[in-house]
Amino acid sequence: MTEAVAFARTPVLTDSYMHYCPGCTHGTAHRLVAEVIDELGIQDRTVGVSPVGCAVLAYNYIDVDFLEAAHGRAPAAATGLRRTLPADRYVFAYQGDGDLASIGMAEILHAANRGEKITVVFINNAIYGMTGGQMAPTTLPGMRTTTSPQGRDSADSGHPIRVCELLDTLVAPVFLARGTLSSAKGVLKAKKLLRRAFELQHQGFTLVELLSTCPTGWGLTPGDSLAWLDRNMTPFFPIRTFREPGAMPPQADPYRPDLRVRDDGPTDEPEE
Amino acid sequence: MTGERQLFKGAEAIAEAAIRAGCRHFFGYPITPQNEIPEYMAKRMPEVGGTYLQAESELASIHMVFGGASTGARVMTSSSSPGLSLMAEGASYLVGAELPAVIVNIMRGGPGLGDIAPAQGDWAMMTRGWGHGDKRYLVLCPSTVQEAVELMAQAFDLAEKYRNPVVLLGDGLLGQMMEPVVFPEAIAVPDPPGWAARGKPKDRRRVIIRSLYLDPAQLETHVDGLFAKFAAMERDEPRAESWCCQDRPPVVVCAFGTVARIARTAIAQARAEGLPVGLWRPITAWPFAAPSLREVARHANRLLCIEMSKGQLVDDVRAVLGPDHAVAFWGRAGGVVPTVEDMLAQIRAQFAQA
Amino acid sequence: MAQHDVVMAGFGGQGLMAIGKLLAKAAMCEGRHVTWLPSYGPEMRGGTANCVVVVDDAPIGSPFVQHAQAALVMNRPSFDKFAPLLAPGGTIVVNGSLVDDLPVRSDVRVVRIAANDLAARAGSAKAANMAMLGAYLAHCPVVRHDTVRDHIAAAFAGKNSAVGEANVRAFEAGLAAATRAT
Repeated sequence: MTEAVAFARTPVLTDSYMHYCPGCTHGTAHRLVAEVIDELGIQDRTVGVSPVGCAVLAYNYIDVDFLEAAHGRAPAAATGLRRTLPADRYVFAYQGDGDLASIGMAEILHAANRGEKITVVFINNAIYGMTGGQMAPTTLPGMRTTTSPQGRDSADSGHPIRVCELLDTLVAPVFLARGTLSSAKGVLKAKKLLRRAFELQHQGFTLVELLSTCPTGWGLTPGDSLAWLDRNMTPFFPIRTFREPGAMPPQADPYRPDLRVRDDGPTDEPEE
Repeated sequence: MTGERQLFKGAEAIAEAAIRAGCRHFFGYPITPQNEIPEYMAKRMPEVGGTYLQAESELASIHMVFGGASTGARVMTSSSSPGLSLMAEGASYLVGAELPAVIVNIMRGGPGLGDIAPAQGDWAMMTRGWGHGDKRYLVLCPSTVQEAVELMAQAFDLAEKYRNPVVLLGDGLLGQMMEPVVFPEAIAVPDPPGWAARGKPKDRRRVIIRSLYLDPAQLETHVDGLFAKFAAMERDEPRAESWCCQDRPPVVVCAFGTVARIARTAIAQARAEGLPVGLWRPITAWPFAAPSLREVARHANRLLCIEMSKGQLVDDVRAVLGPDHAVAFWGRAGGVVPTVEDMLAQIRAQFAQA
Repeated sequence: MAQHDVVMAGFGGQGLMAIGKLLAKAAMCEGRHVTWLPSYGPEMRGGTANCVVVVDDAPIGSPFVQHAQAALVMNRPSFDKFAPLLAPGGTIVVNGSLVDDLPVRSDVRVVRIAANDLAARAGSAKAANMAMLGAYLAHCPVVRHDTVRDHIAAAFAGKNSAVGEANVRAFEAGLAAATRAT
């Protein structure tokens, strides 16, 4: 009887045990990113930025040059990379929902708005995992967390933020998509989205949001977490591609103002 | 030196000096009184094939500097006091990750929104409390536009030598005034160093630019390493100028930056009145030039610190000299610039008390 | 030559900063030490703006003076602010087109010229600043007049040569008017 290799670790992942909790989908997301880097043959031209949050140690697992950014600042650090590195390099930032949509909201919006040629991998699990299960900007209405023990009261602490929809109002992004890691089918599709984002990166800003689980923070078993994600998150965060190159929604139409000004204004004083 | 004198605004001279020092990447956010630095960069960087990028905030600009420094590029930002408060986080990360960068602080009046007038209230922040954790920055304090140009030329080398951020600390007067300057020749943009994160060749391990060490023992080792660098800075980099001290004057004024140059006029006038007074001026706010200060204090029994603050340099002077010396302080806060006349009155008062 | 310092003040847009820079540049080209220090900030936007120029043969300490040796004032608020601050024996050049003939301290020299009228006659209503600069240099020979003329011409080089010539004429007119005024 011959043995066939059904699955092998991509060489872009290091041979180390991941520190993530059982059932957490960070590991899956890491593997997908690493496989895409491997398949595109860009391991030697890629620099990653890890966030503050559970994925801060992403550099222990994905075998490319890495920076560790301050909380929320990964898009700014990635901008610094992009603006100083040769054009053929690939830059990606890996961020969670608190990192990206709360403390780092200004940085992600402006990096997207500038059309920074980077790929952002956005892990949305509706909770702060590393700090112990506090309410996140993407926590669902009524969802219990350690800082919303009665359930998120949207009237008091706001509605969850839909990041892809928000970024889709901007002119510059070339690829915005949301996938899910809650099923094998979702994982396969998520990989396609990530690959598409990396492929388009040198054209402009690309972001892939991945609906993810946090069994520990949610207080659920790994299996129940997957079902919970499908049942609760997917209806609020629809799985779809929001932006493809050239497919601009009406609200993101570029506006070209008439910049004529009065020509009888004050003239320059002599300078220098 | 190219030899040609050019009339330059301090802020613009700082920007031009950075470009000549091989800096090709500037990230910044507007704030008065240093807007001429980003404005100059926005105009000049495209001419030299560099990048000017207006960030969405000082939080972002310092982390853009972080990203840029990670690739080994000569990068910088500039701001004024409130902006430096916002940058404190990123500055701490630059130290922790051992990244070189140059940060210009053109100080204005505070606290809070304060005003946009010249001030020196950030001495303590830049030398002690800028950001969290154990750390130091090399802080350069020019007194004239020419000196700002010369220190800027050295700032990038120092940052790379120690892999630590270097601060150029000026004030609104220095940023806004024009003086003739002579620029050094432009240098070629240096090649990135081996530690830079630019993509991992097959034959080397990945570079990880980080400041996280979850094991306390490991972090302590890391911080010990940083402090070994700081010790080297303390040994090799303190700079100060003593002026009118050759005749061992009994009274010495201590001042830095533009206050020191205003004090020169007051000291010259005091000497014309027959009052033997000298000037001691730290050029590095940190490392503090304690030996140089002790030297002038050997003959001076009265020291007068004059600052555009409620007294911050004076703390360092007192810490170095101890209780044996009478160290007086006089300063103006809120962006009020001390006048020559007021300084002269303070100098006379020192002699009256002597 | 000992230190000379002058404050130039008026409404934002009257070109005080520009003539201060002209003076500074001329002094630099004559090998002198010089500083130019502007007031800055919201007051630049249409309020009163001023700059201080210090010229010396020795390196300059303070770029800022409380009691300047000379003042150029182009509007009433500047007159009110700087006339009392002038050093005894100093010179105040007043734009008579916009500042009433008010009593001034007896210990200063007053030079009144109708700068706006002179500029208009010279061909550019906006060149009143140049007339003021001319009137100032007539009484405070800080730099050579030719050096300033060259720098006025250079400042407008490549722009509108007619405007540049009008500015030089306004400078000459201020110089002549101030010479007559004494």
